[in-house]
Amino acid sequence: MLDIPVIRWGKPYESLEKTEVVHFNTGEPIASVSAANGGLVSRDMRKAQQARNRLREFSCEDLIAKVGKAADCFENDTLTLGNGTQSPDEFVHHQSASTGLPEHMCRSNMAKNCFVMRNMTEILDCLTRGLDLGILTNGYGTESRGVIVSYQAQTPVLGAVLPSNSPGVHTLWLPAIPLQMGLVLKPGSQEPWTAYRVAAAFEAAGIPPEVISLYPGGHDVGSALMTSCDRSMIFGSQKTIDQYAGNPGVQVHGPGFSKIFLGDDCVDRWEEYIDVMAESIYINGGRSCINCSGIWASRHTKEIAQALAERLGPIDALPPDDPKAGLAAFTVPGMGKAVWDMIKQDLEADGVTDCTAEYGDRVVELERASYLRPVIAHASSPECEIANKEFMFPFATVVECPQAKMIKAAGPTLVGTAITDDPNWIDQLLSATNIDRLNVGPVPTNRLNWLQPHEGNIIDFLFRSRAYQVAENKVAAMA
Amino acid sequence: MTNTPNNDLDSAIATAKKQLDQHTVEIVQRHFHESTGCPFWLQKKSELNFDPLTEVKCYDDLKKFPLFEDDWLRGGPVERWRMKDHADRPTYVFETGGTTGVPKSRVVVDDFRTDYEVFSHTLPDEYFPRGGNWLMLGPSGPRRLRLAVEHLAQYRGGISFCIDLDPRWVVKLIKKGWMDHLEEYKKHCIDQAITILTANHNIKCMFGTPKLIESLCLELEERDMTLAETGVTGIFSGGTEFTPQWTRYCVEELFGGPPEESGIYMTPTYGNTLMGLACSKPVTAEEKYKISYYAPQPRAVTEVMEFDDSNQAVGYGETGRVKLTTLTPEFFVPGFLERDEGEREKPFDKFPWDGVSGVRPYHKLASATTVGVY
Repeated sequence: MLDIPVIRWGKPYESLEKTEVVHFNTGEPIASVSAANGGLVSRDMRKAQQARNRLREFSCEDLIAKVGKAADCFENDTLTLGNGTQSPDEFVHHQSASTGLPEHMCRSNMAKNCFVMRNMTEILDCLTRGLDLGILTNGYGTESRGVIVSYQAQTPVLGAVLPSNSPGVHTLWLPAIPLQMGLVLKPGSQEPWTAYRVAAAFEAAGIPPEVISLYPGGHDVGSALMTSCDRSMIFGSQKTIDQYAGNPGVQVHGPGFSKIFLGDDCVDRWEEYIDVMAESIYINGGRSCINCSGIWASRHTKEIAQALAERLGPIDALPPDDPKAGLAAFTVPGMGKAVWDMIKQDLEADGVTDCTAEYGDRVVELERASYLRPVIAHASSPECEIANKEFMFPFATVVECPQAKMIKAAGPTLVGTAITDDPNWIDQLLSATNIDRLNVGPVPTNRLNWLQPHEGNIIDFLFRSRAYQVAENKVAAMA
Repeated sequence: MTNTPNNDLDSAIATAKKQLDQHTVEIVQRHFHESTGCPFWLQKKSELNFDPLTEVKCYDDLKKFPLFEDDWLRGGPVERWRMKDHADRPTYVFETGGTTGVPKSRVVVDDFRTDYEVFSHTLPDEYFPRGGNWLMLGPSGPRRLRLAVEHLAQYRGGISFCIDLDPRWVVKLIKKGWMDHLEEYKKHCIDQAITILTANHNIKCMFGTPKLIESLCLELEERDMTLAETGVTGIFSGGTEFTPQWTRYCVEELFGGPPEESGIYMTPTYGNTLMGLACSKPVTAEEKYKISYYAPQPRAVTEVMEFDDSNQAVGYGETGRVKLTTLTPEFFVPGFLERDEGEREKPFDKFPWDGVSGVRPYHKLASATTVGVY
C-alpha cells in the first residue's frame, strides 16, 4: 500500500498518526497518509520567506516554462508518490476510487490542470492585464507607457485548504509558483492525489522542492494554515464563506449558485438553448460551483423544466469506470439520503413541482456510498426556498420570474449566463455586483475562459498595487 | 526457588488487587453507612436491589451498581454530596463543563490535595526539583486545577504563579467561529506567561495545556528564546490532544530533544474532576511516543471495557471505552463511562495494574465534541 508522508518544504516527514484513504464503496485501503499537527504548520511557516527568496532566483518566465514542462510530467510520467510511484492511469484510478468521481471526469480534470499549466504565459498576461512580470519580481518597474508602477507581494506563500470532492478546483492555486510564491497545501482527506502529483511534477520539471509544503491532517491543520499564511484560499460551504467574509487574507470558494437567465427577447425560442442548460447542470456530475443550479425566465418555465427533466431524469448511476458514467458518488455514508430529505422538504412547498418525480427514485444506495440522480424542480416564484439552492449533484430549479425583477432576486451568482440580445438588460447585468462571471449569449456556465479571473483575481489577492516614487537622480541612475 | 522478574510482577499485581478489594470494601462502608455517608448515596441505597454494606466484598462486586450518571452531579443542593462526618470541614466545590447549561459539581474537602500528593511521588526530582517554583498556565475559576497545582508546588516546597484562562469562553469563541478573538485571547495568556517566566522567579516547573505549551514555545521562538532558556525543566500537561505525534513534535522540535539533551521533561496526565490524576509511563522515542496512563489505584481505577458491555473488559491491546471508578473517603463513583476510548495496557512494575493508551474521544461522540478547549 502507498505510504504518503507530510512534505515540509520539500522534505518528507512520516507522522506517528496516519489516516487511510479508502475506496469509496468497498472501503478497501488505497493509501496510508501521514497526518500533520497544527503546530508543525505554524512552526514551518516561519521559514515561508525562504520559499519566495528561492523562487526569486528564477525569473517568472523561467518558472512558467518549468510549469509548462510539469504539465507534461503530470499528464504522462510515472511520478514518485510516497514510498512508491504513480502512473497517470493509476492517478485516475486512485482519484476515482477515493472520491467516487467517474474516471473519465478525473481524466478531464487532469486535462484542465494541464491546460492551465501549459498556458500559464497567456493566463498570467490576462490576469495581470499585460504587466511585465519582472515588476512583480522586483516590486516595482516602469511600464511601456513610461509610468512607474509598484506591486507589493502580500505574502511569501499561498496557502490552500483543498476539498475532497472536487478535483477541478486545483487550477486556482497553480499560478502561485510562476508568481514566485511558495505553496502550502492541506490536501483533502479523500483526494490527496492532485496536490502530491502536481508537487512531484513540479520537482521533475526543475522547480526546487523546498518551495512546497503539503500537510494532510485534521481541522487543526487547516486552522493553523489559515492563521499562519498571510494569503490563503479555502473551499467549503456557505458557512465557511460567512466565517471568512471580510477577511482580506482569505479567499473563500464555496457554492456558486450559478444561473442561466433567459431574456424576454429570447425565451420564446427556449428549445434552442436546452442543450446549453442541460450541459450546465449535468457536466462534471453537477459537482462544481460553476454548474448551473437555476434557470430563470419570465415564461415557458414549466415547459423548460419538463424538457430538462425528460433529458436528465432518466440518467442512472453507472460504475465509475464506465465511460458513460455521469454521476459522482456521495462517499460519506448516509449523505445521499440526507441531501434528498432536505430537497424533499423544499419540493413539498407551495408553488414547487418535482419534475423528475416520474423518472423513479432519486437515491441509489450502495454498500458504503450513495448516488443522487438528477433533480429538476419548477418554482412558480423566486420566493420559493428551492429557487436559491445548490447541491453537489445535477440539480436545478427552473424559476418563473419577471425579467425586471430577475437580477435582484437571483442573489449571489458565481457564473451568470444571460441569453439575451437586449442592450438595456445587458447593461443592467454588467452593473449587477451580485454576478461574478458574466456570460452574454448561450455559453454553458461551466465553459470557463481561463484567460478570465475566477472568483477574484489571484493577482489582486497576492499583490497590492501601491504608490512608489523614486527621486529624480535615482531615476537617472536607473535609466 | 528464586523470584524471576515475572514472578515479582505477578506478586505485585496480586498485592495491588488485594489492596484494591480491601480498599473498595472500606470505601463502600463509609459511603453507605448512616453515620458517615452523604445524603445522595444514602438515598440511592434504597433504590438498589442489594445491600452495599453486606454485599460488596471485593472490587468486582461494584458491578452490582448501575453505571454512575454524571447528570446526577448537576444542580443543587450541592450539600447532598457532603459526607456526614465532613459536615464541619471547610469544603470546596469544583465544576466541570458548564459552557452551556448547569455545570457538574463535585464537593471536595481533601481529595485534590491527596491526589496531587500521590502524583507528586511519580515526578522525577531531577526535572521537577524540590523547592523550585511553578507556573500554572491553565484554567482556574470553578476548576480544581489551579488549587491542585498550587498545592503540588507547595507540597514540593515551591510557590506557584498562576495565569488564568477561561475555558468556557474559549469554547464559545470556537463555536461562534471567532477565531481572531481566540488567537488574541491565547496571545493574552502567553504574554502574561512570558512576563512571569522572564522575571527572575526561579520557575522550574509548569503545568500547561497542550495548546498553551505549544503557543508558549512558538512565541518564545519568535522572541529568539527557548523554553530551556527560561529555566523550565519539568512540565506536566493533559488532555486528549496529547497524542504521540504531538508529544514527538514537542520533544523533537519545540524542546530541542529528549530530556537528556534538552533538559526538559514532560509528562502527560489523564484525569478530570471526577477522578484523581492518572500518570503516564515514561514516554520515549523508542516506543514511538506511546502514551499509557495508569490510574492512582486504589483511589481511582481506569478500565477499558467492551463498547456494548460496560462490565466486560477488552483483551490487552484491544480497544474499548474508558470506565472510571473513584473510591476516595469523600467521593464514590462506582463505574462511570468516560467520553473517551483507548487500548487496554498491561500492568508493569511501577504500576502493577491495568492502564489505558491511545486515549481519544469516543468515536460515537467525537463529532459532537469541541476538542481543544484550552
